[in-house]
Amino acid sequence: MYAFDIERPSTIADAVTALQGEDAQALGGGQTLIPTLKQRLAAPSKLVSLSGIGEMQGVCVGDDGAVCIGGATTHATVSREAAAHYPGLAALASHIGDPAVRNRGTIGGSLANNDPAACYPAAALASGATIVTNNREIAADDYFQGMFATALDEGEVITEVRFPVPQAANYQKFLQPASRFALVGVFVAKYADGVRVAVTGASENGVFRWAEAEAAFSADFSASALDGLTVDADGMIADLHGSGAYRAHLVSVNTKRAVEAAS
Amino acid sequence: MASVSMTVNGREVSGDVEGRMLLSSFLRDDLRLTGTHVGCDTSQCGACVVHVNGEAVKACTMFAVEADGAEVATIEGEANADGSLSVIQQAFQDHHGLQCGFCTPGMVMSAAALLKENPKPTETEVREYLEGNICRCTGYHNIVKAIMAASGQDVAAIAAE
Ligand SMILES: Cc1cc2nc3c(=O)[nH]c(=O)nc-3n(C[C@H](O)[C@H](O)[C@H](O)COP(=O)(O)OP(=O)(O)OC[C@H]3O[C@@H](n4cnc5c(N)ncnc54)[C@H](O)[C@@H]3O)c2cc1C
Ligand code: FES
Ligand code: FES
Repeated sequence: MYAFDIERPSTIADAVTALQGEDAQALGGGQTLIPTLKQRLAAPSKLVSLSGIGEMQGVCVGDDGAVCIGGATTHATVSREAAAHYPGLAALASHIGDPAVRNRGTIGGSLANNDPAACYPAAALASGATIVTNNREIAADDYFQGMFATALDEGEVITEVRFPVPQAANYQKFLQPASRFALVGVFVAKYADGVRVAVTGASENGVFRWAEAEAAFSADFSASALDGLTVDADGMIADLHGSGAYRAHLVSVNTKRAVEAAS
Repeated sequence: MASVSMTVNGREVSGDVEGRMLLSSFLRDDLRLTGTHVGCDTSQCGACVVHVNGEAVKACTMFAVEADGAEVATIEGEANADGSLSVIQQAFQDHHGLQCGFCTPGMVMSAAALLKENPKPTETEVREYLEGNICRCTGYHNIVKAIMAASGQDVAAIAAE
């Protein structure tokens, strides 16, 4: 790692100020950033740790019924504290990586990083979540902009994520056992006004909504509604773990499983 | 440089560290607590697992500065006060839960975190909890058996497999 200093502010305002400095970068749980720094793929002069900011921690339920999760809340905390309010989301959090990763990694870090195989982007997009930052609110539909790309500006901090709670939801993660990320993951969420389906791990453009499946499920929320529907293998990630055609097939299989398991 | 102080295995320690110093380096190089092993240094293997404020974390994937003010527990603090092995350590010995022993500090610290949160885990729960701990010797079977035994459960059925 190149050398840098670490600041540990205790308020969002102080963190935002500290991030104004040139080459300053936010530090969430470090579960992605520290490996990146070790490979010298990033060279910040200052890291601003978000872990000591109380107002960015924890899970609560807003006046509109949405589940609100502080941007620095760990996956382990979400799996415990969101279970009563949004079980499908808590279950997703409880299967990210392994216990030690879940004790450090945060929802804000995951969404800011937007790894094409990460789990939270699928939940946020399928739930029509709102990404709240230090200066605005971004709809999930506008937030994800391709592999590792998001609507966040330099120095912008995810302070909270708000999830409208669906009537039923499920996330199916087809595990890539070496990395423990998703080889393909599908999140299905049924709301009063329709069904949303988000797919991670598959596309070269990162997480995406599968519009045809959403239309089919909005008419008939059952696995058979998907019969005959497939995603195009063109544009799917192809690597040593699986071809584009294999991933496209996994999208259909996991979407069916998610609908069958949705509760 | 930043000064940090924390409690490690019940002892107050402090030091001046660079921002980039990992908790694993602080424990191993500054405090000479070399029981915490660094297997991969890429967040994959779990040999470096320690407890920070009671939670299992990979010491190679946390900065020492972030542990300022925390309670840290390492494998060196696992044995009983009189030097005899803890229940988990003894179970690893009794059930041959180690061969080369490189993964063992992380395995024991993960097991301790699991049993604190879930005192009577099922075999499946043990295996799931160890997802981030890699062992290239044992095939995991005897590690799982040791942890089940340490939780006071009958391991005859597992032994028969
Ligand atoms: C072994 C292993 C297995 C994993 N398995 C999975 C998995 O199955 N599924 C999965 O989804 N992920 C997985 N991960 C990734 C993990 O979830 C990370 O915790 C997550 O991607 C990054 O979160 P973090 O809090 O650690 O962020 P960091 O690593 O600290 O930061 C990541 C990036 O986000 C920025 N950032 C951090 N917090 C904020 C914020 N609040 N606002 C704005 N920017 C911010 C940082 O500047 C950095 O660019 C795994 C990681 C490891 C090491
Ligand atoms: S040395 Fe830390 S996970 Fe391998
Ligand atoms: S005993 Fe050798 S790595 Fe586990």
